[in-house]
Amino acid sequence: MPTVLLLGATSDISVAIAKEFGAHGYSLQLAARNTEHLLPIQSDLQIRYNVDCTIHAFDALNYDSHQSFFNSLSVKPDVTVCVFGVMYEEEDAWNDWKLTHRMIDTNYTGAVSILNIVAKYYSAQKKGTIVGISSVAGERGRQSKLIYGSAKAAFSAYLAGLRNKLFKDNVHVVSVKPGFVYTKMTEELPLPKPLTAQPEEVAKAVFKAVEKKKNTIYTKWMWKYIMMIIKNVPEPVFKKMNI
Amino acid sequence: MKKEIANWGNYPVIESDEKSFSYTDELDKLVAQPKSYIARGNGRCYGDASLADNTISTLKYDKVLSFDTEKGLLEVQSGITLDQVLDIIVPKGWFLPVTPGTKYITVGGAIASDVHGKNHHVDGAFSHHVIEMDVLLASGETLTCSPTENTDLFEATCGGMGLTGVIERVIFDLKKIETSFIKQKQVKAENLEEILQLFDTYAHYTYSVAWIDCLKKGKNFGRSILILGEHAKKEDLDDKQKNDPLQLPKKKQITFPFNLPSWVLNTFTVKAFNFLYYGKNFKKEINNVVSYEPFFYPLDAILHWNRGYGKPGFIQYQFVLPLQAKQGLIDILNRISDEGIGSFLAVLKVFGKQESLISFPTEGYTLALDIPVRKGLFEFLDELDQIVLKYGGRLYMSKDARMKPEILKAGYPHLDRFKAIIKKFNPDFKFRSHQSDRLLLTKEKDSKVNGTAVVLPKMEAAVK
Ligand SMILES: Cc1cc2nc3c(=O)[nH]c(=O)nc-3n(C[C@H](O)[C@H](O)[C@H](O)COP(=O)(O)OP(=O)(O)OC[C@H]3O[C@@H](n4cnc5c(N)ncnc54)[C@H](O)[C@@H]3O)c2cc1C
Ligand SMILES: NC(=O)c1ccc[n+]([C@@H]2O[C@H](COP(=O)([O-])OP(=O)(O)OC[C@H]3O[C@@H](n4cnc5c(N)ncnc54)[C@H](OP(=O)(O)O)[C@@H]3O)[C@@H](O)[C@H]2O)c1
Repeated sequence: MPTVLLLGATSDISVAIAKEFGAHGYSLQLAARNTEHLLPIQSDLQIRYNVDCTIHAFDALNYDSHQSFFNSLSVKPDVTVCVFGVMYEEEDAWNDWKLTHRMIDTNYTGAVSILNIVAKYYSAQKKGTIVGISSVAGERGRQSKLIYGSAKAAFSAYLAGLRNKLFKDNVHVVSVKPGFVYTKMTEELPLPKPLTAQPEEVAKAVFKAVEKKKNTIYTKWMWKYIMMIIKNVPEPVFKKMNI
Repeated sequence: MKKEIANWGNYPVIESDEKSFSYTDELDKLVAQPKSYIARGNGRCYGDASLADNTISTLKYDKVLSFDTEKGLLEVQSGITLDQVLDIIVPKGWFLPVTPGTKYITVGGAIASDVHGKNHHVDGAFSHHVIEMDVLLASGETLTCSPTENTDLFEATCGGMGLTGVIERVIFDLKKIETSFIKQKQVKAENLEEILQLFDTYAHYTYSVAWIDCLKKGKNFGRSILILGEHAKKEDLDDKQKNDPLQLPKKKQITFPFNLPSWVLNTFTVKAFNFLYYGKNFKKEINNVVSYEPFFYPLDAILHWNRGYGKPGFIQYQFVLPLQAKQGLIDILNRISDEGIGSFLAVLKVFGKQESLISFPTEGYTLALDIPVRKGLFEFLDELDQIVLKYGGRLYMSKDARMKPEILKAGYPHLDRFKAIIKKFNPDFKFRSHQSDRLLLTKEKDSKVNGTAVVLPKMEAAVK
């Protein structure tokens, strides 16, 4: 059975993705900085789906540890899903360089650091799939998502470039661009119900995208069209909008 | 974030700041806030038991911690729902020891309401199967309790409506099954006398419940259908079923899209009843082998059927009367049919003996019926309460949205001890709900505790 590695495995979206892959018989590797939190998730996945499930310590910001983290995986994953990310209040980040820096480093630098390592391995093996959970916030820069959006934009550009670079080596890269999702990250935000996905919907879409080798997916699907409209607003108009 | 929430009856609707957590230490941090809370499972109680200004949703705290497939013991976090539990245990040859009429409730909710199933007379209520559990107390401490350890906490948590603290980890026992099918028997009864007789006749059946037509008068007063069942053995199955004896039912669900006027649902349920009752093929008795799903959860096939009662919502009125109080049952059914309040069907069950501090089940007849909220309803129910009390009965807190504190007091003989235990573990009423305030379990009469007065939505507002 194939194995999937989840980076940021304590997140709500990751838990849902792990269940979806587990339900399809995949072995699971859960990586997160808080391994204590992974224990109940591990037993849950093992019991529900009768699959192997292992726990690994991983901190996206500890770049130096990334190579040894990957080396330590005794079974190398067939699919790697990069889920971790942070979204701080933009107002706080504006006023505190440390927060800005951490938001960029987690969403972009940390992701590039670990995925470069995974990508090199997959290239050499001439197989493998990388999934990156980016965001529609990266589609166009705007004030209310100034730093988060720009970091996700960088991450999206990285994923697209990686897809291009690895194509010749038979390695597939999926860019996932969720709109709103009901998770811890957004618990305090009033989200519009028709536009907001449950983590399980995202997970199903991710699994399908991996199986069908899709390049970029939006969840929910209408976000593709919403972003198309937003991207097409002329800049002279867009810059005046309170968005 | 503040949002409008309501439980299954859609009455009352309140604004609540609902928080959730995935990990035990996140819960600890939440409860350490200087606020009062009530735990909320899947909101399947009908009234205001899991409603409060601040609620803690347990739904993300839903992990399975261990499953002993030899002994049939399951260890879970309290927010897991019974439908998920079934998916895990049934293929391994185990079943829930007790299940209510919906599988969309959490294990925490099953304990806090000490829910009963169609097998109460044989297997008792849910808490009877709890081996041990952890409860997070107002002090921030987590205590393990069981029938032999911290017994006061255990008995006040079973049926205690979340007032001792938040149930975290639970170990409960399961029932061994050979197949996932139920050998079902349906028997028609012409009237109330006959159905009560039939309950006696079939007392040896593990599962039994009856649907009563509340509107019939005269010689067909109380006509009903008794539904009985046993877990099927392999030899009971047909060839197709035998291929996969422990199969899970197919997941098919239709969602009730929006609030409809109540006659829609009533017409639907009455049609369904009449179809069964008068259906050409319906002899006095039908025997068949069915999946556990339609047997235990006939209503779950339609997600959100409660919306069928429309915007004002509805009340489920459920009481239990001692076995010798048959006359009480007759009086109440008479009052209901006289009043023509629109509840056509009621569910009747016989409870076996149960000794407990604050749980609802106690030996006798229990009747549950859905009634749409409208003007005059609460006065009418106050009248029914008096009949219930007169015959020595009580009401089910998990279904309640309106009973007066006196009614609770009169129905539950150990209420004072329950209150004393709440005082011990929840001294400042950190855990409190609309219901517990209304029933004066976490509030003195007419006084404001912690500055929060509970204002129940006015009936007039509700029916507009
Ligand atoms: C269609 C239908 C059929 C039903 N049939 C039956 C039946 O046959 N028998 C029966 O007994 N009941 C029945 N019920 C009622 C239902 O089983 C109970 O109300 C149950 O408690 C609901 O559980 P919940 O998870 O939805 O919790 P909620 O409704 O959210 O909460 C119920 C109570 O449990 C408390 N609670 C929940 N989780 C915790 C926790 N972790 N720690 C502490 N307290 C907690 C809440 O504070 C509240 O007091 C039925 C309900 C429906 C909608
Ligand atoms: N929710 C939405 O609406 C939405 C929309 C679009 C995109 N997304 C993206 O979806 C992904 C998952 O987020 P979520 O919504 O599921 O929220 P979440 O539950 O808050 O998950 C965020 C995860 O990132 C992890 N993380 C943060 N910093 C880390 C670090 N230095 N090292 C390792 N892990 C770290 C967190 O781990 P800890 O548990 O240790 O804190 C947590 O598991 C994120 O990339 C997010 O940007 C979310």
